[in-house]
This record gives sequence, C-alpha cells and structure tokens, in this order.
Amino acid sequence: MNLPAFTELKRNLKKDYSSLPVIKLGIIGDCATQHIAVALRGWGYEKGLNFDIFDSDYNQIDAQTMDPASELYTHGCAYVAVVNCTDKLYMRYCETPLENRKDFAQTVCESITAVWSRISANSKSRIIQFNFPVWDDRIFGDFGAKTVDSFVYQTRKLNCLLAEKSGEYKNVFICDIEGIQSRVGESALRDNKMFCIAKMPFRTDILPVIAKSVTDIVLSAEGKIKKCVVLDLDNTLWGGVVGDDGTDGIQIGELGTGHAFTHFQLWLKELKNRGIILCVCSKNNEENAKDPFINHPEMVLRLEDISVFVANWQDKAGNIRYIRDVLNIGMDSMVFLDDNPFEREAVRSLIPDITVPELPENPEEYVDFLRAEGLFGTASYSKEDHMRTDQYRAEAERVSLQSKCTDYDDYLQSLEMVAEAKPFDTYHFPRIAQLTQRSNQFNLRTVRYTEQEIEDIANDDNYITLYFTLKDKFGDHGLISAVIMEKREDCLFVNTYLMSCRVLKRGMEEFIINTMVETARDAGYKKVVGEYIKTPKNAMVADIYEKLGFTPNGDNTFTADTDNFKFNKTHIQKGDI
Amino acid sequence: MNEIYERLNQVFADVFDEDITVNASTTADDIEDWDSLTHITLISAIEEEFGMKFSMKEVVGMNNVGELADIVAARRKR
Repeated sequence: MNLPAFTELKRNLKKDYSSLPVIKLGIIGDCATQHIAVALRGWGYEKGLNFDIFDSDYNQIDAQTMDPASELYTHGCAYVAVVNCTDKLYMRYCETPLENRKDFAQTVCESITAVWSRISANSKSRIIQFNFPVWDDRIFGDFGAKTVDSFVYQTRKLNCLLAEKSGEYKNVFICDIEGIQSRVGESALRDNKMFCIAKMPFRTDILPVIAKSVTDIVLSAEGKIKKCVVLDLDNTLWGGVVGDDGTDGIQIGELGTGHAFTHFQLWLKELKNRGIILCVCSKNNEENAKDPFINHPEMVLRLEDISVFVANWQDKAGNIRYIRDVLNIGMDSMVFLDDNPFEREAVRSLIPDITVPELPENPEEYVDFLRAEGLFGTASYSKEDHMRTDQYRAEAERVSLQSKCTDYDDYLQSLEMVAEAKPFDTYHFPRIAQLTQRSNQFNLRTVRYTEQEIEDIANDDNYITLYFTLKDKFGDHGLISAVIMEKREDCLFVNTYLMSCRVLKRGMEEFIINTMVETARDAGYKKVVGEYIKTPKNAMVADIYEKLGFTPNGDNTFTADTDNFKFNKTHIQKGDI
Repeated sequence: MNEIYERLNQVFADVFDEDITVNASTTADDIEDWDSLTHITLISAIEEEFGMKFSMKEVVGMNNVGELADIVAARRKR
C-alpha cells in the first residue's frame, strides 16, 4: 500500500492534534529512535491518534527501566516500544566467547524479558518489542543456516524465543521488523551509513511502514479490529459471472486463471478460521449465487463458511446494513471487498464507517494487496476469542450453533440473558393475542384469544396473567411468552402456556415454569395444575410439565406442589427490561 | 547545475516545510531547523530525489550546499 513519505508525516507534526484521543507512548532503544518517534506521531495523525511520546535518549533501556522514578515511568505510558537493533546484537555476539555462542539467543532473550519484567513491575504499560531483522554475516556461507554457533542461526532462534516468551507475557506485543524486512528486503530497511553516523537502524523511507506496524498494534490492542468481511461474488470470489456463465463456466480451481481466485479463497478461509466473519453481498438471484458454493467441486469456500448470505438486486449499502444488523457489530469493524469500483464508491459514500479497500484490477494481486493493507491485525488470539466469533455466527445461525456447542451451559451463561415477567397490560394486548393465535408448537392447550378476550381476562380477578420478554447480549427478543392461570378453589389452573419457538431451549421454558409456581405460591396457592391438550403440531411439549418438575396425574394433567417445588436451573436473570 | 538547485530547493522546502532558496554557500547555520535529525532526513530525501546514494564520508565531509550539489552533479543517474 502507498504510505505517505516520512517528510509528509513529519509535516503532520505541525497540525492540530487537540481533538484527537491521546495515547501516551514511550520509546526506549539501543539505537537512535528520534525518527521513529517523528514517524509515529505523524502517522498517528493520519489514523486519528494523538501519540504523546516520551522518546528516551540514546541507549537508555536499562537506565529507564531500572529506575522506578524514571521519565519513562512518570510519563504514564500506555505503551512502551522497545527498539533493539541487529547492529548492537551483532556487537554483543562478537564479544561472546566462542563456547557460549550456542546459547547466545537464550542469553539475549533473558535480558530482553528482564526488561519486560521491569516495565511490568513498575507500570501498567503494554510493551511493543521490536524483533530483529535477520542480518547474515555470511561467515559460514549457507552452512550458517545449519550451524548453531552462527549469528544468523542465533538471530533466527532469538526471534522465535521472543515470540514464544511474548506468549507468556500478556502485555507484550511483537513489532515484526523481521517480517517487514522479508517483505521489503534488507537494502530497503537499512542504510549502513545512517547507522554509522546517526545510530539509526532504519532508512527514513521505511519509517512510515514501521510506524504503521506499531500503530496497528496499538489500534488492535485498543479494540479497533475488523470482525467481518463482506464479499462480492462475480469477479471477486471467482472469475466470470455465474448468472451468465453457469457454475461450470466460472473460473476457479487449480488450473489457469482460476488459481488466482482459489488462492484468494484459501486466504479468506484462513481469515475465517481465525475468527473473522465472512458474509456475501451480491447482485444475483440467490439460487444462482449459492450454486457454486454447493456444486462447484473446486470452490474453497462453502455455504457453511458464510455467516450471512445476501444475494438480491437491491442496493448493496442497504444489504450491508442488513448484515450489520444481523451480526450486531459496528460498521467500523466491517470490510467490503468488491472488484467493481462503482459499487465500492457507492458503498463508501453511503456508509462512511465501513472500510472499502481499492482492490487492484488483477485478481492475482488481491491477496498481496490485502496483506499489505494489514487490515486484520489483532491483539489476542485465544479460546475465548474463538467462542466470541462463534457467538456472532450464532446470531445469524442460532440453531446450528446450538448443536455445535460442546458445553451448552457455558453457551447459555455467556448469552447474559435477562427476562421480565409482568401481568398483561394495555400495551401488550395485541401481541399477546397474536401469540395465542399463531403459536402452534409450543402451546399446551392451544386456546385462541382475540385482543378483546385478552383484555377481559387481564381485567378479571379470577385470572393471574403473565407475559415474558427476553433479551440477551445480542439483542432484544421482545415479548415471547404468555401464561394465563385460572383461580380455582384448590389450585391455580394453567389455562394457557405458550412460547415463541425462537427462544426454544435457552432456559426460558424453565424460567416460565419457575415463575408460574413462584407466583402461585406468593398468591397463597398450594398447587398449580397444568394440562396438555394434544394437537397435530404440539408434540414437542407433551412431557414438558413432567420434565420441569410437575407430577403427572395420569389424565394429561400435571400438578406442582408450590411449597416443595424443586425450581429449575436457568441462566436467565430476572430483570427490568 | 541550475536544474539541480531548483530541485534542491524543492527538497529543502519539502523537508523544512517552508519556502527555502539555497545557494552554493548555504550551510546548516543558515536554516533554523537544520539540526542533526533533519540532516538525516534531508540526505535521505536528496538521495531519493536524484536516485543516488551519498557515502558516509561525503555526508560527514560536506561543508555547504555547494559541495553537496557538486557530489550530486558528479554522481546522479537521472
């Protein structure tokens, strides 16, 4: 990607940062870091961040981290960048006795992790550790690559050790300078004379790339991450137009031009594996659009990889808003990929918060372009994160997720469900009546009521009524259940117990039963009696009373003893919604 | 040589973010912001502008813009 030149970033320093959020950042290094600080502050402006930087003097890593009263600590850094350079590493290697060189990486790693420990002990700063661009002294030729004592071997090992150790320190992130060098090349990264005369380990023209890396780490750690990619189909995911060419006519697969799209799909699948949600937004009819996902033998992505699939002839911005609503995520966490510049521009202008990369014209360049954009940084990758992604998918495919979750209780717990139980009121008469008319499956006696009848029951002292609403962290399900109980001489009789199947098997059935019994008890009733009246559609609730703690009476009625009722476990909090 | 000075003026303007006209006798003392930090930036920008590289000796040894321009004239590729 084309980054602004260093001089442009430097000019940004004169601009007005006052409205931008401040991020305090310290830089310590065993080399000159002033230019890094300038580039970082300048790039921060581009990304809407006001980096308030404490840039320590040359070679102050130990001094700044050992003294609890150092400027580094008093600056109150949210982040500390630790810049170690390969030039210094080589000097240290050369001073290391030959017999100790096989342990060189280990020794250096220990001194670097000691710095991390000191920073962590004295501050709450997150640490951004620069790893080492590999510089091969070629003393052994290629034999160095297999020789434990060589500098190149030890440098590579050191980078691996730092990666490993950073996993143990929650607060440490690696700025992958080695990775940058492998992309741009050694001569693009360093300039020997600059290190000699100014102790600068990097060329000035590579500094914007490094500043972007550091900033991306900060943004990820601050939660500014991408969660979802919305994909166009024709000429984006495959070559050709499926509506015209047919599934067997599109370009995808090992041979020829199709390989570019296969490679792109493999890359997208990896994104999905790491927790990025993939969605489709295509101007197509749905059947045509889905056909390659189902029937083309060489498609990498399949329907189950797509969380929300939208194919119609509506405008894409509207469809993207729909996808956003289904997933319940921020528009700024979404990326839209489309080969058509007009669609891109339309979406960009209608939805300013979404990211719409200028995909290159040639599909074989898609992956390299997106790699360089670096959109998909993250600050964590853990089991919990993976579960969180699963939960996003659950929002679109709740039912299929439920069968996948190994520990269903954990899943329910994580939904943070809150339900409310209230007597029927004027506002809800229409919805309650509608539920009694439409509910067929989860409906114990299938008594239909009109709105007026519901109102009459609500105002009749011979009835106790309850409606239930449910919300979870994904959103509000609204009113999903109604219960009508008749006051009889020796018991409360459940005239109506129904629930929307949308919220089946989430603990709501239990919650309702518990509330029924509790309400009866509080009203002074010793018994609650429920009845199941069989219809062609309500077999699913035939044994619900018995399952949830009622005693069968043998005539399709069931009784609960309110004083000795064993309340069912649920993960639903009772609350005011 | 005039063309070199014209392009140098542009590079200086770019690096110092102000209109600057340099001549053969201009030195770091003549430009307020010309410190060691900016010197590095300037050298890099000139290298990029003219598609050439200074040696370390040249960077350390040049006393004024005139000497700098002479090196550029002798070595530039474009």
